[in-house]
Amino acid sequence: MQHLILKVTTKILFAPIIVFALYVQFHGDYGPGGGFQAGVIFAVAFILHAFCFGLEQTRKVIPLKALIIAMVVGVMFYAGTGVATMLLGGNFLGYDQIAPESTHHAGQHYGIILVEWGVGVAVASTMMTIFYLFTGREPDIDQEDW
Amino acid sequence: MESWTEFVIARYNYWIVIILMMIGLYTVFARGNLVKKIVGLNIFQTSIFIFYITIGKVAGGTAPIYIGDELYHGDDHGGGHGDDYDKGADKAADKVADNVASGAEDHVGEAGASLHSKIENDLGVNDLKAAANELKLGEGAIAGEGGHDAASLHAAPDGAAKIANEQLMDAGKPAKDAIELTVDAAHAAAEATAYHSEVLYTNPLPHVLILTAIVVGVAGTAVGLALAVRIREAYGTIEEDELVAMDNVAEFGDAANATGARA
Amino acid sequence: MNLAAQLPVLPVVIPLVTAPIAMLLPNGRAPWAFATIVSWLTFAACAFLLQAVLGAGVISYELGDWRPPLGIEYRIDLANALVLFLVSGIAAVVFPFAYRSVQLEIDARQTSFFYCALLICLTGLLGVTITGDAFNVFVFLEISSLATYALVAMGARRDRRALTAAFNYLIMGTIGASFFVIGVGLLYQATGTLNMVDMHDKLVGQSSRVIDAGFAFIVVGIGLKLAMFPMHLWLPGAYTYAPSAVSAFLAATATKVAVYVMIRFIDTVFGFQFEFLGAAFTWVFLPLGLAGMFIASLVAVFQDDIKRMLAYSSVGQIGYMLLGLSFGTVEGLTASLVHIFNHALMKGALFMAVACVVLRAGSHSVKAFAGLAKRMPFTTWAFIISGMSLIGVPLTVGFISKWYLLQASFAAGHWYAGFLIVASSLIAVLYVGRIVELMLLREPAEDGPYAIPAKDAPLSMLIPMWFLVLANIYFGLHTELTGGIASRAAEALMFMAGGAS
Repeated sequence: MQHLILKVTTKILFAPIIVFALYVQFHGDYGPGGGFQAGVIFAVAFILHAFCFGLEQTRKVIPLKALIIAMVVGVMFYAGTGVATMLLGGNFLGYDQIAPESTHHAGQHYGIILVEWGVGVAVASTMMTIFYLFTGREPDIDQEDW
Repeated sequence: MESWTEFVIARYNYWIVIILMMIGLYTVFARGNLVKKIVGLNIFQTSIFIFYITIGKVAGGTAPIYIGDELYHGDDHGGGHGDDYDKGADKAADKVADNVASGAEDHVGEAGASLHSKIENDLGVNDLKAAANELKLGEGAIAGEGGHDAASLHAAPDGAAKIANEQLMDAGKPAKDAIELTVDAAHAAAEATAYHSEVLYTNPLPHVLILTAIVVGVAGTAVGLALAVRIREAYGTIEEDELVAMDNVAEFGDAANATGARA
Repeated sequence: MNLAAQLPVLPVVIPLVTAPIAMLLPNGRAPWAFATIVSWLTFAACAFLLQAVLGAGVISYELGDWRPPLGIEYRIDLANALVLFLVSGIAAVVFPFAYRSVQLEIDARQTSFFYCALLICLTGLLGVTITGDAFNVFVFLEISSLATYALVAMGARRDRRALTAAFNYLIMGTIGASFFVIGVGLLYQATGTLNMVDMHDKLVGQSSRVIDAGFAFIVVGIGLKLAMFPMHLWLPGAYTYAPSAVSAFLAATATKVAVYVMIRFIDTVFGFQFEFLGAAFTWVFLPLGLAGMFIASLVAVFQDDIKRMLAYSSVGQIGYMLLGLSFGTVEGLTASLVHIFNHALMKGALFMAVACVVLRAGSHSVKAFAGLAKRMPFTTWAFIISGMSLIGVPLTVGFISKWYLLQASFAAGHWYAGFLIVASSLIAVLYVGRIVELMLLREPAEDGPYAIPAKDAPLSMLIPMWFLVLANIYFGLHTELTGGIASRAAEALMFMAGGAS
């Protein structure tokens, strides 16, 4: 029961940080914010968790395998939006195709929200992966490995 | 004329860029520790970020965050925002009125045009032109009526403009100091324009570019640190001298290294 | 979806969308097969694109339906259609080749990451080539470079020096890219646009120190990326210790794309109205090109490591490309473009031959090549033919390159450069001949570390390698594809640049 204060603080802060990340994420299409910032804030919550409870505990919450899949899903979200607009008859990332009847370019809104989601997921998972790999690195590896 | 100190101080952001750039590059080249090299690389890249932010600066502009329609009426100087107008006119009056006679019109036009070219991305062309035109009228009025009664501007710009134009015709050649203060006038005009067209944003494009460059820089740093970790595992050190020595042993054998050490 | 209208973006989108999928596939054969099919699809898209450009002229594609100059424009003319064709073609040959080589040289747990990185690298290289937006060039340049650092570092399984080589490459490459960004920023300051064509329109008639500084930063930045002679120090290490398949891919594409960017910036963005350019040609590109041709080639003669020798030879060959560019004539530019294409063919084939030897002998030291003709005849002859191409023997592409270059140097009045080209080819005879002598005339080691079993490389490697070797001969006999397109591309570039045409 070391660092009781830190652990309690982390427990209290964890949820607000994630809520704030989601706020930045949802706010990102028409205000300051967006996927990059939200992704980093989101990752910070888990990095804080790992600092206070140990990497093993955090790995139980989100395993590395899940993070790698999340990275792929994030990039595919972004690229998939682009390909979807191509399939709808526009150019790559031509968001207007998502809502072609809209008079005020609603498609631009939908498109950027989708892309920002992809960016957010990719950035958050990449940040956590980098953190996992740097902190969880075994100092001694097999002679045969290199 | 600008003195030497003004030359330095007025461009302080560029000096920061240059100094940071040199510190960064020096660190990259002079330090043998791989992590310090990456730190140097990051300092170097930071200087580029500051450089891009400098590019995006528009005189009087605010952060390029859309403020919304409630402050923005667009078409003319209606009753809703007389305060802003007065502030703009006062500012313009302070700097411009005494010094700029007939030359002002051209310069304001230029300022408006350069401003326009800088921020054509985020503000409508017409809004800005209208603003510049209004400014011309306003300044004409200032010149015409002695230039301190901003309220009268607000009241009767059209009449003032007529008077102003007549006076401008008569004014003849602009005074020498008017030319020298062109830059100030242009800045003041730009600031006045800023107040005038409700919200003037700085150019968002360099910010976008630099966000991209930051992400690229972070990715590069991550790869570099990962390599440093792997090098540490493979060699047991991250000091470049020792790495080079070990590589020489691998390449030429111990004997070559021994002679190299003696030499 | 209108496939024809979307064709210009496909070379970037196909590998971009598929690269993450490759990462999810189980290690082993699956990611390789997947990446190979993707590379073929990409090559098909690039081939159609080249055909379309040949028929219709310049193709412009508005990314995200934003109209240029505000939006990002993909602008494909003959010059970059040719480079796209080349890069995707090399990928389509190297990817199938890579399987056995990667199986040996890469940690089995990393194969899916390896092919993912290879696809990302391809995305970046194609993106750099295809885009008409100056900042977009930087983004794609870094996408490909970051993937390249990781790929080079994966060679650490065989030799830990791959790590330091990758680290040096990262430092140099990042500095180069940063210099490039500063240059683009200065140009943006002067013009207020990032679209290359628009930038050119606004730069014409302007002259200020801002533009001069921008030019200098861009030349140094890209010069680092393309291993221009005194800035080449990252290249030998990176190519030597990278996995063999990666060496083959990078040697044939990465520096070529960087040379293309240099050409694009000099001819399309700056143009001949830019006063600084003449001085840069006379005092930078010409002397550095010549110095690279000689010094790097001489260094190559004394290398004990075949991959390092070929890497230094690459630096020398880049000298030829810069030389052709520095003449500032249509002929010179044609020679540069032709040599970009041809050098990729020969260096690709040579590095592939080395990869075959590494597979059997486990080493790329000169000693492993002794008596190779008796052990691996097909690999030996592939090396010899592409080596002759490197020297510039008639009937090979190397001869065509040298021929164009000689013609250009005489036409431009640099007759001495013509003699120097021939003289530096003689150095190539030295370093290639040394290896050929080893392979044909020496007896193979019977035992010891360099003994090779009398078994040639597997078919999966021989077929792609010989495909490139035969391309060396085919394009040496039929020059209408390379020479014809290159001269038309050069004329178009020069017309835009406002030079004599």
